[in-house]
Amino acid sequence: MVSPAHFIALSVILFVIGAVGVLVRRNAIVVFMCVELMLNAANLAFVTFARMHGALDGQVIAFFVMVVAAAEVVVGLAILTAIFRARRSASVDDANLMKY
Amino acid sequence: MTGSAHAALVPHAAALASLHATGIQDAAGLLLAFPLAGAAILLLGGKRTNSWGHLVGVAMPVLAFAYAVAAFVQMLGYPAAQRSRDLVLFQFINVGRFQIPMGLRLDQLSICFVLLITGVGSLIHIFAVGYMSHDPERRRFFGYMNLFLAAMLLLVLGNNYLGLYAGWEGVGLASYLLIGFWQYKPAAAVAAKKAFVANRVGDVGLSLGIMLMFAQFGSVTFTGVFGTVHSASHGVVLAIGLLLLLGACGKSAQVPLQSWLLDAMEGPTPVSALIHAATMVTAGVYLIVRSAPIFDLSAGARIAVAIVGAVTLLWGAIIGCAKDDIKKALAGSTMSQIGYMMLAAGLGPAGYVFAIAHLLAHGFFKAGLFLGAGSIKHEMNDEVDMRRFGGIASAMPITFVTFTLGYLAIIGVPPFSGFFTKDPIIDAAFAQGGTSGALLGTAALLGAGITAFYMTRVMLMTFFGERRWDEKVHPHEAPSVMTAPMIVLAIGSVAAGGLLILANRLMNFLGPVTGVPPVLHGVWTPAGGGALALVVVGVGIAWVMYGRREVPVTAPAGSLVTVAARKDLYGDAINEGLLMRPGQWLTRLSVYFDNRGVDGLVNTVAAAFGGSSGRMRKVQTGFVRSYALSMLVGAVLLVGTFLLVRL
Repeated sequence: MVSPAHFIALSVILFVIGAVGVLVRRNAIVVFMCVELMLNAANLAFVTFARMHGALDGQVIAFFVMVVAAAEVVVGLAILTAIFRARRSASVDDANLMKY
Repeated sequence: MTGSAHAALVPHAAALASLHATGIQDAAGLLLAFPLAGAAILLLGGKRTNSWGHLVGVAMPVLAFAYAVAAFVQMLGYPAAQRSRDLVLFQFINVGRFQIPMGLRLDQLSICFVLLITGVGSLIHIFAVGYMSHDPERRRFFGYMNLFLAAMLLLVLGNNYLGLYAGWEGVGLASYLLIGFWQYKPAAAVAAKKAFVANRVGDVGLSLGIMLMFAQFGSVTFTGVFGTVHSASHGVVLAIGLLLLLGACGKSAQVPLQSWLLDAMEGPTPVSALIHAATMVTAGVYLIVRSAPIFDLSAGARIAVAIVGAVTLLWGAIIGCAKDDIKKALAGSTMSQIGYMMLAAGLGPAGYVFAIAHLLAHGFFKAGLFLGAGSIKHEMNDEVDMRRFGGIASAMPITFVTFTLGYLAIIGVPPFSGFFTKDPIIDAAFAQGGTSGALLGTAALLGAGITAFYMTRVMLMTFFGERRWDEKVHPHEAPSVMTAPMIVLAIGSVAAGGLLILANRLMNFLGPVTGVPPVLHGVWTPAGGGALALVVVGVGIAWVMYGRREVPVTAPAGSLVTVAARKDLYGDAINEGLLMRPGQWLTRLSVYFDNRGVDGLVNTVAAAFGGSSGRMRKVQTGFVRSYALSMLVGAVLLVGTFLLVRL
């Protein structure tokens, strides 16, 4: 039998993969994908708990997260394209002008 | 002693109830208006009044004098108890219960001063027409002189301390303007500044005294203050007395504020005669005598006045002995003679009358001596060094005779006026009894001998002996516009003392205001005899030193005392060491504290924030991934904290 603990464990694993990816990868596209991974790990946890408690709140929030994630990707990719045009690079470390 | 002081309060009570001025006296505002109008015409009129300005300048004091004589005659017509008359010119200050009418008081004391100021003032104005005839700025000079007269008359006529104070500051201003009249001479400009600063110290004392009066009695009018002063505590009366004394010290060049008077001789000689000998410098004596009801209540304040007077009379006399500049020798003498007046004023009702008598007589003979010195200076191409004079007697006979009469008056040879007015002061000092009386009397007695010495020295060095002038100077007698005032003043020097003292004339006249001495002595007293003997000794020593021997043109090195006296008994050095240097140290310390302490604290705080934020800023590296890491760490910490708290 697959218990909620299994779903939560998968969610944690996905979140950690995403977090490590955000921290260690330089390519902005990959960083984006890792962010999506973390968001979806959170969605999985939401849905699991909603199912566990027999309530719909968590499932509704999962939809909200998906909408926000879609919007975020649109803006983020637009910025990324603009940076790539200006600097010929998609590395997040090259975009370091805004500092002290 | 208390009994006599108490008895002296009774006449004051009579003086408190001032009547309203009527008749001629009702127009006493004219006394101020004449010289004020003169000053306004001359100073505002500018160059277009150059040709006739001096005539206006002379006419105004003469008119004021004529009016003063008329007011005096009217006063003599009243019985003694009704001679004090007040009149209100306008409401000066009108704030709640603080009411100061701009009032004038014509009484026996103020009329004495008014007659002296306008009378001697007129003579000196006439003299100045000749003395300043070659000066392109003569009109401005007369404008300032008239301004001085107006302020001085306000000083002595005001029936409240605020009016007195306004006049007090006015004469200070006029004195400053006139000492620095030749402002292109650095010495004159510096002397004017010095006089102004020294006077300011005294003025602070006077203004604090007036404020204290208002705080204690709620009034600054003479009537209000003197009517309630006996209900004040002893400490308050003493404080007011000492503050008034400080004011008097500044204006009258008394120790410790004496140092400005000798430098003030940089001004034109008529200024020295009028302001720095006859009138303004006696304002301190007027202040003390006018405030008699205050000083009568405080033996401490009285003795302070007497000590200041005694110290100054010796101080000035010693300085006068060593100066080769004729004007400075006379200035030392002025300081010394005002010391006599202060000493007398410090004796209380026993001395007030004699202080005023000596003041009036001194006004004549000292003004005469200064005009004589001015006349000589005028003819000797502005030379003032007595070592370059000698044998002027034959060249300027009228100056010689008038100067000699003034000389005989100041050293106190009978029957000249100094004899009548100085001896009662010495006598009254001894009569006070006790150690203080003996000390004050001895100082006054010694002063008489020293006075004889330095005045004889001046006479011998100036008028007798070999002619030590340059070949270029050819002194002749001054024009009659200058000699006439000198002659009138010389007559005053001869007659004033006897006129005032004999038959107790001044005492009976002033008694209702100042009180009368509890014990009266005749003209010939043992103290007076002692003074005469010392005068003979002083004249003898001076003749041995300067009459029998030839006076060297360059001053000999001299003894320690001579050197000290030439340097004004180190008055400037004392001021410098005691006030200026510590003052400079204080400012440096304040600046240091301000820079390091106050600014230091503020700057340190600012620097700490600036420095730390500069370091904190380095956290903003611009690397997105490091931000992500810090967010992660923060989130983990938050979650961890929540878990820990929950458990």
